[in-house]
Amino acid sequence: MTGPADRAAGRRRGPALSPSAWLGLVMLAVYVIAGIAGPWLAPYDLTRPHVELAHQFEAGSAAHWLGTDASGRDALSQLLWGARSALELSVIVVAISSAIGLLVGTVAGWFGGAVDEIVMRTVDVLMAFPGILLNIAIVATVARPGVPLTIAALCANGWVGYARVARGQVLALRDRDYVAAAVALGASNRRIMLRHLVPNLMGPAMVQMSFGLGAVIIVEASLSFLGIGPQLDYTWGAMLDQARNFLWNTDWVRVYALVPGLAITWVVLGANLLGDGLRDRFDPRQRGRGGAGAAGAAGPSGRA
Amino acid sequence: MTIGSFLVRRLGSGALAILGVSILTFGFLHLVPGDPVDHLAGGDAPLEIRRKIEHCMGLDRSLPAQFVGFLGHVVDGTLGNQCRNGDPKGPTVAARVAEVMPHTLALAVCGMLVAVVLALPLGIAAAIRRGTWLDTAATVVSLSGIAVPQMMFAPLILLWGFIALGWFPGPTEVGPSAIILPAFAVGTHLMAMLARMTRSSMVEVLGEDYVRTARAKGLGEGRVLALHALRNALLPVITVVGLQFGSLLSGAIIIENVFSRPGLGATLVDAIKERNYPVVQGAVLVIAAIYVAVNLIVDLSYGLTDPRIRRA
Repeated sequence: MTGPADRAAGRRRGPALSPSAWLGLVMLAVYVIAGIAGPWLAPYDLTRPHVELAHQFEAGSAAHWLGTDASGRDALSQLLWGARSALELSVIVVAISSAIGLLVGTVAGWFGGAVDEIVMRTVDVLMAFPGILLNIAIVATVARPGVPLTIAALCANGWVGYARVARGQVLALRDRDYVAAAVALGASNRRIMLRHLVPNLMGPAMVQMSFGLGAVIIVEASLSFLGIGPQLDYTWGAMLDQARNFLWNTDWVRVYALVPGLAITWVVLGANLLGDGLRDRFDPRQRGRGGAGAAGAAGPSGRA
Repeated sequence: MTIGSFLVRRLGSGALAILGVSILTFGFLHLVPGDPVDHLAGGDAPLEIRRKIEHCMGLDRSLPAQFVGFLGHVVDGTLGNQCRNGDPKGPTVAARVAEVMPHTLALAVCGMLVAVVLALPLGIAAAIRRGTWLDTAATVVSLSGIAVPQMMFAPLILLWGFIALGWFPGPTEVGPSAIILPAFAVGTHLMAMLARMTRSSMVEVLGEDYVRTARAKGLGEGRVLALHALRNALLPVITVVGLQFGSLLSGAIIIENVFSRPGLGATLVDAIKERNYPVVQGAVLVIAAIYVAVNLIVDLSYGLTDPRIRRA
């Protein structure tokens, strides 16, 4: 949270990242490491399916730090495997969505006219519909959605937020002197967009990416929770789904329900802390500004 | 621009967006593989029943004719037939939507009420006492409200209120008190974003010249806050409340799922799963129309809170 003084400084040069943004960065780093190294760090090999009902929902012990699930499988190992799934999916979705969105938004903002009109009407249509229902509609087209289909579903409306950010930035940038100079020097449209516009809108785009990372995790977990998630072996959403079905049985299940939930909380919290910090750093005026801009970037319940 | 031409322009673009969503849904439903008749009739249903369902859904006609048929059902207000067993005089999609809408509306209103009642005092207090422990506490509360997934929070609320305490009715129970736990689960999640919005908006406004002027002319702090600051700070808050209400009306899917409540979201998810084209089309249309209407009302309400916009 920054005051007016910080904001004035931000307009001149941009302050360093705030401590809370660093905290968010560290939290995301832990998540990335867990996601990359997870399957190797996991104490148990989950690739071989095994069911030991005798060990169902055991409490935490030296053998199983976080206990076991309904099939007697190690919860900590599932958590680490789930981190791998979540990381893969969120990084790919954010990369594809932002690439499409930034491209479309930049082109729309730079050329204007009919191109802009078509893009913005498409954005309106996608915004006129709650995001997760669209994701469900796409995923539910097949009986067992795979990872590629889930990624496609999340990208189908994920690019909209990036397109809006890019277009808004380009509209503000296109009157700058250096852009006029590039036009006067005879630079091609492609060169102006790639060399002059895109680099200068990466700041606000990174803010959007940071929030998007948290949003993707939530949506993916929601799909898995509803039983229509990607058919991966272990996801946090599926763990939550399993836990709530046994919530009434034993005390230890409650802890098993908390483990993936807190993991999701960790990632989303980190993404939001970093996003807030980046927003203060790159676009100090955005904070607290009313209207659609602020509402669009208001948090993870917005679009990815 | 007069209010009349504003309305006409917005209603026009809203209708275009709804039409766009409908075409998108229609195209999407027909693009993807899978026979809807298989899902509704069951794989080994007799040919006669399959024909009846096919005819009821209009699948025996060309794609353009099907879409025109759908538009006709929009005009006559039925939104088409549910086609459960191919009976052309069976219940309409509009009837199914009307059946679940009261549940969705009740949850949206109660959830929003919980959110506003919690968020406004929290956000305002945090803005006034900026930099104190109260501000920090409010930030922690609202950030965790955003980050804690509903998939964990809702079952735990249910466990705590229904099983552990036994004070509140659980899923499948009816009656007014059955809404308490779901409304609380929905409300606390929305509260988080609303409190953040209120705080930052209030902080912004408190730094404005007119607030300093109001204080300089000797106005009491209570009047400064209520009459000068809050009224101006509410504008972006209203936007967020409106947009959140719009998405609540389209169905709080996770909450409906956990508490086994009927609702628009649950209806759509079920219809998508069983590939019931008419119900999907109808429910999507209703949701898109709600979204557009709520957005329009939000924009119109600006004029009520801020006379400057009415003139502009």
